[in-house]
Amino acid sequence: MTRHRFRLWALGAAVVVLLGSMAAGLLVGAAGLAPGSVLYALLDRLPFVSIDSGLLPVEQGVLFELRVPRVLLAGLVGGLLAIAGAGYQGVFRNPLADPYLLGAAAGAGLTVTLVIVVTGDSGAVPVAAFAGAVGGVFLAYALGNTAGRGGGTATLVLAGVAVTSFLTAIQTFVQQLKVEELQRVYSWILGDVGGGWPQLVMIAPYALVSVVVMLAHGRLLDVLAVGDDEATSLGLHARRVRLFVLLAASLATASAVAVSGLIAFVGIVVPHVVRRLAGWSYRIVLPLSLLGGAAFLVIADLVARTVLAPAELPIGVVTAFVGAPFFVLVLRLTRRVET
Amino acid sequence: MAVPAGAWLAVIGPNGAGKSTLLKAMMGLLPHDGEVLVGGRGVRRMKPRERGRLIAYAPQNPLLPPDMTVADYAILGRTPYIPYLARETAHDRDVTRSVLDRLDLAAFADRPLGHLSGGERQRVVLARALTQQAPILLLDEPTTALDLGHQQQVLELLDRLRLDDGLTVVTTLHDLSLAGQYADTLLLLSEGHAAASGPPQDVLTEPLLTRHFDAHVQVTHTHGRPVIHLIRPANR
Repeated sequence: MTRHRFRLWALGAAVVVLLGSMAAGLLVGAAGLAPGSVLYALLDRLPFVSIDSGLLPVEQGVLFELRVPRVLLAGLVGGLLAIAGAGYQGVFRNPLADPYLLGAAAGAGLTVTLVIVVTGDSGAVPVAAFAGAVGGVFLAYALGNTAGRGGGTATLVLAGVAVTSFLTAIQTFVQQLKVEELQRVYSWILGDVGGGWPQLVMIAPYALVSVVVMLAHGRLLDVLAVGDDEATSLGLHARRVRLFVLLAASLATASAVAVSGLIAFVGIVVPHVVRRLAGWSYRIVLPLSLLGGAAFLVIADLVARTVLAPAELPIGVVTAFVGAPFFVLVLRLTRRVET
Repeated sequence: MAVPAGAWLAVIGPNGAGKSTLLKAMMGLLPHDGEVLVGGRGVRRMKPRERGRLIAYAPQNPLLPPDMTVADYAILGRTPYIPYLARETAHDRDVTRSVLDRLDLAAFADRPLGHLSGGERQRVVLARALTQQAPILLLDEPTTALDLGHQQQVLELLDRLRLDDGLTVVTTLHDLSLAGQYADTLLLLSEGHAAASGPPQDVLTEPLLTRHFDAHVQVTHTHGRPVIHLIRPANR
């Protein structure tokens, strides 16, 4: 039972890291609120606790209407992208699969571009992105199913590639029709987690469902790892498991994309790092990816909004800039013989 | 054809004859004409989990995730006993442990699959099939890529397990002499059809092998079992 203990320990460590990063995200910011006061103000919100934080109403507003939802949204988006990436990797038995593999990014990119170019109204962007992401995956899945018999994964990946190219082509065409909106489309693509409470509330139900479904399928993804034929001979409905996990992972991706744009790198790097540190089993890779992805994006957002304060860097730039060297470091530290 | 419980059927035939396909069809993995009955019941009408408790299957080249440990791999055989979203019980772990003990794999329990030799891998695959506690074992070329000694060890082990547990064994085997020495019944497939079946001495005959394998062979008998020798054609 030493491994069971190791997993509990790893989960505990991940929770501590996440809480630490969230604390940092809450205490540090461009507005220069005193960390002590922020701490008191937060404690003041706990039930049965009443402390005078000394923050002005404006400062309270900054904390509770900007910083708190921002940290929570960054954490949620990071966790969703990372667990979705892990889910895709399990379904496709390929550590290089990422949440955008099946056309979610291209679908969302197209609908968002359409909304910005045609209506000029940013309010509809989250809904459009969500619908586009779901639509892109649906298109790829439908195409993969008609093109390949027997439910193999290779056809599905190829269908995703085809759908992505096709939708991206349309998006580029639409974009060219109205070049003056290029900047807005581009800044959406680079990612932002400053959507506040409304967006957090909007995606919370989808996030919850997708995370619960994926966590519940950890053991079954482990069985799928030995191949479809064997999994089927073990009494598993391989196609059904794959479909459930794909649906859940796509829902998670769509939720994240809806409120944050196309943040790269999180969905592929976090599960990979987790696998290096905690082993192959999806029972531990999925929950650790959720926690690790959340912590990673909270930190990335903190960097994005403080390095050039009061200006903000696009969070997608930070994830790649911070993430890539970190990834290389982990690869080197856990170096081993490829089999 | 029928295979009595506790018997060993070896499916032989030239490359591409449909040996692996037949095994997959028996497992219900492929759509097929005709019927495969186990104890009078059609396998295609069984629920997957039910079938998994009846028939264990190991493909010719099983996918062995290199980081997965031997114990984790072996316990996958318990999958047909675990409800969809549940987890392994202490009983599942006990069964797995005793199977690993039996196959002398206890010392390897925590070793990653990527660090095993060919013979060890084959035993691990067998362990996974045994934890399934299915009365029927379907093994596709269990001796692939093993040297002479390991081929013999795996088949001896399989025969011992078959006799001890009363398992019914169906294997494809490309080595005809091995098939003749271990199996009670042979089924010769050729171009997707059953060309001959029966006890080894009736199937492993020079005329049949010459016709279906397009090979020059000589058949001798050792302890009443046929042994096949490849003979180089003269004057070429």
